[in-house]
Amino acid sequence: MSPETVQSWIDQQVKTNNVVLFMKGTKEMPQCGFSGRVTQILNYLGIDFKDINVLEDMSVREGIKAYTNWPTIPQLYVKGEFVGGADIISEMFQSGELEQHLAEKGVEVSKAVA
Amino acid sequence: MPMSAKEIEDLIRARLPDAEITIKDLAGDGDHYAAQVISESFRGKSRVQQHQIIYDALRGNMGGALHALALQTGAPD
Repeated sequence: MSPETVQSWIDQQVKTNNVVLFMKGTKEMPQCGFSGRVTQILNYLGIDFKDINVLEDMSVREGIKAYTNWPTIPQLYVKGEFVGGADIISEMFQSGELEQHLAEKGVEVSKAVA
Repeated sequence: MPMSAKEIEDLIRARLPDAEITIKDLAGDGDHYAAQVISESFRGKSRVQQHQIIYDALRGNMGGALHALALQTGAPD
């Protein structure tokens, strides 16, 4: 995709899905430790999310970094808002802030462990 | 071209002169580091904003020469 179309494509993905993870690989087969860690956290919390494999399209891989002025992958979006990369999501998960943030945004969390 | 811990520290210090910076080399390959940065200029900023200040300080090396930088940031207690 051209730089312009990729920005509007990303914007559309982020705005039409509750939870979107731009990652390396897929949720079934993450291909990077950091992407894998965020996928694990989302699966543990039982969150339905759209995975976008940036390795499939270099313009998306570069475009997403410009979209939020954030230089690394993975990137998690909830209700159109950038929440963070692997470090921030891990920190938020450990402190319980991630569940709180999701609840505030009206995203359903069905923890695997009751 | 991998980066040394000192190069990372110098770039961050140039942007945050008051910062307390601790850098750990995770893999010994100049590519995977963990950094803890404590600075007054983080006060009142979200984690995303704090990390963006560090990424700007690293002037484009992040994601290129530097593959992984696990960041922990905050204001002094």
